[in-house]
Amino acid sequence: MSTESTPAPSSSVAQDIQPAPRFAVSALVTNLREYGLVLALIAIMVFFQFTTDGTLFKPVNLSNLVQQNSFIIVMALGMLLVIVSGHIDLSVGSVAGFIGALAAMMMVIWPLGFLSNPLVVSIVCLIIGGAIGAAQGYWVAYHRIPSFIVTLAGMLIFRGMCQALLGGGSSVGPLPAGFKALSSGFIPDLIGTWEIVPPTVNLAGKTIVGSGLSLHMTTIVIGVIGVLAYIYFGLKARRAREHHGYHAEPFVLFTAKTLVISALVLFLVYQFATYRGLPIVLVVMGLLIGLFVFVTKRMTIGRRIYAMGGNAKAAQLSGINIERLTLFVFINMGVLSALGGLIIAARLGQAVPAAGLGSELDVIAAVFIGGASAMGGVGQVIGAVVGGFIMGVMNNGMSIMGVNVDWQQVVKGLVLLGAVVFDVYNKNKA
Amino acid sequence: MVSTILEMRGITKTFPGVKALSNVNLSVEEGEIHAVVGENGAGKSTLMKVLSGVYPDGTYDGKIIYRGQECHFKGIHDSERQGIVIIHQELALVPMLSIAENIFLGNEHARYGVIDWHANEARTTALLKKVGLNEDPKTLITNIGVGKQQLVEIAKALSKEVRLLILDEPTASLSEKDSQALLDLLLEFKNQGITSILISHKLNEVNRVADHVTIIRDGQTIETLAKGDISEDRIITSMVGRALEDRYPPREPDIGEIVFEVKNWSVYHPIHAERQVIKGIDINVRRGEVVGIAGLMGAGRTEFAMSLFGRSYGRRITGDVLFRGKPIDTSTVGKAVQHGIAYVTEDRKTYGLNLIDHIKHNITLANLGGVSRHGVIDDLRELAAANDYRGKTNIRASSVYQMTGNLSGGNQQKVVLSKWLFASPEVLILDEPTRGIDVGAKYEIYTIIARLAAEGKAIIVISSEMPELLGISDRIYVMNEGRIVGEMAASDASQEKIMRAIVRGEGKAAS
Ligand SMILES: Nc1ncnc2c1ncn2[C@@H]1O[C@H](COP(=O)(O)OP(=O)(O)OP(=O)(O)O)[C@@H](O)[C@H]1O
Ligand SMILES: [Mg+2]
Repeated sequence: MSTESTPAPSSSVAQDIQPAPRFAVSALVTNLREYGLVLALIAIMVFFQFTTDGTLFKPVNLSNLVQQNSFIIVMALGMLLVIVSGHIDLSVGSVAGFIGALAAMMMVIWPLGFLSNPLVVSIVCLIIGGAIGAAQGYWVAYHRIPSFIVTLAGMLIFRGMCQALLGGGSSVGPLPAGFKALSSGFIPDLIGTWEIVPPTVNLAGKTIVGSGLSLHMTTIVIGVIGVLAYIYFGLKARRAREHHGYHAEPFVLFTAKTLVISALVLFLVYQFATYRGLPIVLVVMGLLIGLFVFVTKRMTIGRRIYAMGGNAKAAQLSGINIERLTLFVFINMGVLSALGGLIIAARLGQAVPAAGLGSELDVIAAVFIGGASAMGGVGQVIGAVVGGFIMGVMNNGMSIMGVNVDWQQVVKGLVLLGAVVFDVYNKNKA
Repeated sequence: MVSTILEMRGITKTFPGVKALSNVNLSVEEGEIHAVVGENGAGKSTLMKVLSGVYPDGTYDGKIIYRGQECHFKGIHDSERQGIVIIHQELALVPMLSIAENIFLGNEHARYGVIDWHANEARTTALLKKVGLNEDPKTLITNIGVGKQQLVEIAKALSKEVRLLILDEPTASLSEKDSQALLDLLLEFKNQGITSILISHKLNEVNRVADHVTIIRDGQTIETLAKGDISEDRIITSMVGRALEDRYPPREPDIGEIVFEVKNWSVYHPIHAERQVIKGIDINVRRGEVVGIAGLMGAGRTEFAMSLFGRSYGRRITGDVLFRGKPIDTSTVGKAVQHGIAYVTEDRKTYGLNLIDHIKHNITLANLGGVSRHGVIDDLRELAAANDYRGKTNIRASSVYQMTGNLSGGNQQKVVLSKWLFASPEVLILDEPTRGIDVGAKYEIYTIIARLAAEGKAIIVISSEMPELLGISDRIYVMNEGRIVGEMAASDASQEKIMRAIVRGEGKAAS
């Protein structure tokens, strides 16, 4: 018998290029979660915009919102990798608190000379964060001790060490202004301010804060460049796929998605520009998000983490060093927890024993709202980020509305449950 | 007078992007053994899942008429209540529970929620006797082999007062002997009036026990043959849509120098540290040679291969691995892969695939370096590679973006094979490469093996199907109880000779 007579596989390969209309619908269905999540965030924003009488989107409040919640998103980036690889890290809030305390001691109390420079302290703290992550990851990776237990221990240990370091219940501060800029600073306006409506001057000859309209032009330029780059790379990737005859997202969906996201970004950037420009912490966060999207989507290490979370044995038999990879995931988490701790301390201007207390729950919730699976192997960076924003907007909006903290917890809990139920329902339907 | 126990009419079932069944009809007579055959992905398992309520009423079109009544099963419980019991392609036993616990899982003999273990164990003993399994009901499932696990599944079915027993590839991972025993059991059930539906790719078995055979191709019923008309060739023709003259592709072996050599390889059991599983094995493979390893289930072939491949099995491993005459370090899978060794597992779900990811990502996993630069993956190159291998191994799927968990068993196997072909190894170890694969696809896999050998690769094939080994190998090692007990050129090997070597080895081991 000749090999030619085996059934030709060509027909099945050709199915890759699917007719557009059928595909548009199925793409919407399969990506319902992704689109749904962004729509949910927008809906929540609009909801609070009304219930807070427009305070939510006030430039001042937007800056506050970012400064208060960015640490959740920063830590959620690390937590996403931890959860995708099939683990959990309960210690992040305590590690953040401990690092904040350590940073404060180094800068304010201990006589370290030039070593107490904020930049040096920050770098040392990030390294120590990585070491803490390594210490925990070691037990998980090389001794197969469940991460839940190891990090539960870590949660107790580092909360205790945080309090011990601060000498019982006291707080340590004030922290140097250079350090506080990490959270409360704004990027400098290199281009200059464009004053559209000059501020009103009162009878005493002083300008009234918040009156008039001037734009932080560096912010505007960064925003516009960012959006243009987003559109350009989106189109380029699309064209490359089409050029090679592979299906891309249907054009309608692609356009709609690009427009909505661009409009949202431009609107927010404009709001920031009317105030004092982009907060530094937002820029840090943005760069980190970009980095993690790239690592998870495009880099081999990201791919390996997903494979490990999906089936660790199969990943190992494919030549992946799962012990080392697990260790890496925890080191990364440690560094980001440390960064979270620095951001918290910088915002408060001092280290307090309760810094970061309970934030591990917000971080984990953000990742699960973002669609990650508790079984590992599934989850997206953007999902976790949007999940983090949903938590942040709810925190902020409910606080402005004057909702009691107890009830805020209830609402956040319900949203988490709702998001996961929606997920499961969606999956079963497919 | 024969009566029809089951009629499935016009069954159509679609998954997003895939029409798995279109207008399938199946009619089964009371008390017969009805075989359902077809290529991988033809829709056999799907049809049985429709029948047993795994896919509930409303998720498919068509009618199910069972014992004269139209049925609307909302779930597996509904069908079980009517005496329809399915044993899935992948066994569903809880490994850390005992045989008795597994058999009565979900319907324990209990009073006010308190389990009466004596009653359960007594009934289990009776059931095990019926299926001819001689084990203590308290034995844990992990401690018995697949063959016996299969019998436990059947005992479990019997405990549910089964009228219609559905077996989805029950003998795929059984040894020749265990398969025979299982088929005999089915024939005995037939005498007791139990109807069976048997899905199998082993046509000789179908030939032996089936009263009717229904052939499915691409989600459609092709025909139903009655006992008198059943022959392997007839089935194949209708399965693949053409006659298959040869089961094995022709080869002109061009065998060169020794490429891969294992010397004095010994391995101990990972848990029972004193038990030696592999006892000083020496083998070698030459360039362009296909070497088969024959043996019975439990001979230690998989353990041998996995211990070679990055010490993925066992402890206290000693011995040397030589590649082109030089000792190489294969102590981790990464190092083994770097030295050009690949191992295609026999257990695709546990060791082979990331079931929650799509075909493309699975194919490139073992060779991400091949589609990336400086750790950055080139998406288009990856897509092209995945499509290329999908074509080469003829994986049937809507696209390379289909989740491997949703593929039919045989197509999953092809994905695992593609993954390792893409890693372009020099030494390829294939462990039961055609388990659960249809005749047509088997031929394709043999063709791939022949092509790789012609390219100068060294290939080791582990298989429990002796005709297969005889058909594709150049040389055969016979393994038994962790030892090589025989070596023969394929040209003068035969099933009898292999069996004799095993028996002789057994005698040696006993003395
Ligand atoms: N949950 C699912 N989602 C999407 N497609 C599916 C799903 N389950 C099965 N399919 C598709 O339906 C088709 C039939 O699959 P099925 O498992 O019934 O094949 P089969 O005849 O049992 O094959 P095999 O002999 O390989 O076991 C295949 O193309 C498969 O990819
Ligand atoms: Mg099947």
